[in-house]
Amino acid sequence: MANDVQFSDIVKSVASSFDSTFASNWWSNVLEHLSGRKLFYVMLGISGLVVFAAAAVGLDAMNIGYREAYGVTREIPWGVLIGAYVFFVVTSTGLCIVSSIGHVFGVEEFMPIAKRSVFLAIVTIMAGFTVIFFDIENPFRMALYNVISPNLTSNIWWMGTLYGAYMFFMIVEYILLLAGSHRFAMYAGLLGLLSGVSAHSNLGGIFGMLHARPYWYGPFMPIYFIASAMMSGCAAIIFFTYLGYKINNEKMDKPMERALEAVGKLATLLIAILMFFYTWKIITGLVGDPSEVAAFRAELAGPYSVNFWGFEVALGMVIPFILFLYSRFRNIGMMFAASVMMITGIFMMRYDLVVVGQIVPSYYELGVNEYSRLLVYHPTFHEIMVVIGGVGLVALSFLLGERVFKGHKSEIH
Amino acid sequence: MKPGGIDLDNLKRHDAPPSGVERREFLKIGLVITGVFAGGTLFSVASNIGRAFASPEDVYKHYPYKPHYSMVIRQDRCIDCERCRQACRITNHVPEYGYRTRIMEKDVPGAIGQKREFIPVLCNQCNNPPCVRACPTKASYKDETNGIILIDYKKCIGCKTCVLACPYNARYFDDERHAVDKCNFCFDTRLSKGEKLTACAAICPAHARVFGDLSDPGSEVYQLVHQIEKPVWVLRPEVGTKPNVFYMKG
Repeated sequence: MANDVQFSDIVKSVASSFDSTFASNWWSNVLEHLSGRKLFYVMLGISGLVVFAAAAVGLDAMNIGYREAYGVTREIPWGVLIGAYVFFVVTSTGLCIVSSIGHVFGVEEFMPIAKRSVFLAIVTIMAGFTVIFFDIENPFRMALYNVISPNLTSNIWWMGTLYGAYMFFMIVEYILLLAGSHRFAMYAGLLGLLSGVSAHSNLGGIFGMLHARPYWYGPFMPIYFIASAMMSGCAAIIFFTYLGYKINNEKMDKPMERALEAVGKLATLLIAILMFFYTWKIITGLVGDPSEVAAFRAELAGPYSVNFWGFEVALGMVIPFILFLYSRFRNIGMMFAASVMMITGIFMMRYDLVVVGQIVPSYYELGVNEYSRLLVYHPTFHEIMVVIGGVGLVALSFLLGERVFKGHKSEIH
Repeated sequence: MKPGGIDLDNLKRHDAPPSGVERREFLKIGLVITGVFAGGTLFSVASNIGRAFASPEDVYKHYPYKPHYSMVIRQDRCIDCERCRQACRITNHVPEYGYRTRIMEKDVPGAIGQKREFIPVLCNQCNNPPCVRACPTKASYKDETNGIILIDYKKCIGCKTCVLACPYNARYFDDERHAVDKCNFCFDTRLSKGEKLTACAAICPAHARVFGDLSDPGSEVYQLVHQIEKPVWVLRPEVGTKPNVFYMKG
């Protein structure tokens, strides 16, 4: 809560220094805001600089080669960048799913969050694509051979293709929302939702269908990914809506407060579902294949136990769960604090999901000297900077979006 | 149903996920033909090719590839001289940071006499290859004729899913080729130029690596795999990859 107060004070001071009247033309808005008051400009500038610096570091990594620049190895080829990619696209899918409850399925309470959520879904998927652009060795070949040499049994192919479609539909939806064409926006939203859920379950399927990796293998991953996307989406909606109102120096109206109350309740329910799911994943994992048991041991009581108990469980789920209940879904500041913790914990969930699945060597059970121990992965400076760049990109787009689209005010009926 | 109740045609259906029946049949072959080790534990030493097939001709007819390239590693003969690894490196231009084949060590402190054994590993050229299924652009594919898993380097996007899909740690990203690389039984560098052996098999001073056509009853690999006196096994049989690299001792 201490963090919350300090941070909100900063944001308040930024927002209060800002003029809140805008021209109707969005382009003149851009110009107006770029020439706006100091603190907003500073925040925007910092985000811009972060993105710029991260891009430079990313290009440097590309230049010296990922094998040198990144901490990934033959045995652990997926590092923090894949974790961050999963984090961003999970958030995007979650924003899409949770906001669709209102603007696709017509639940009145969820209507006010629609525009901002759709905008942020586009922003976060783009951040995800940006991060993975710096992970995949030959991203340009992907654009070509995904089209002319598709492998329909590959989850990566489906994920890439469906996420492409997802991004397209979400952009179309957002444009239609801006144009006030809510009926067509609903159809675009429905297509976006269907492609997003399919894409996202395929992302889970990438892990779930690697039958040589018992920690991942099975139908759990695609299901878990969808459930945890909704949890992430709820956290992101509360987080960004709260900040959006602070930046715009506006007071929430009743419908928006009721929307956040509904999202908070949904978040609480999903935390409970996720805890239930994951408890059973652990219980079954601990009696499984020796490789799987070794991975879960590392997670529960080994090198990843701080990540797991501290970040994933306490910060990601248990404390927010208590805070949500305690806030009675009306104390927005407390719910915001819960969402900050959730987002932090969820980032670690994605990281652990990716890395812990690889730390048990393929030949672990063969008992050879070379692979008798768990493998180690540490992210390098280059990798961390690319991740920070992804975060900066979201921050930059969010700030611009709040001003350009006037706090995403929407009157969907 | 084939003699012995085993439909070897199904072995070729590597792109379809194994059905329960197919998997059971495969396991049956695994248990009957080969003695099977899992994680170093021998749970069947009954090598029984003679009972599984009426005649060698049945086997010959139903191997999915021709030639069906295969390697038998006579594990106890390996002395860890690493000439195989060197020959592979030179023949296939393998960079310093990577390998297509290597020799692992296993210490058995409680053993009587020799207390360490060496286990050479390489791509298993599986009949049910997880890497090929996972590849989004068909950069990894199984050769229709000889069953070798080949890589079309220009199609590789470098997502490294195949690296993780492989249960044998056979793959790595090669910066020089800008693609994932792995053992291809020296297909481009030797076999396609008329050589009969891979570089590693040719140079091995202990004849620990026996290379040949598993569908040819005259070949040494055929004879080693289809005998019943000594156990033959594959690595990580539980994954169901149907490898074409076999292991034996003696």
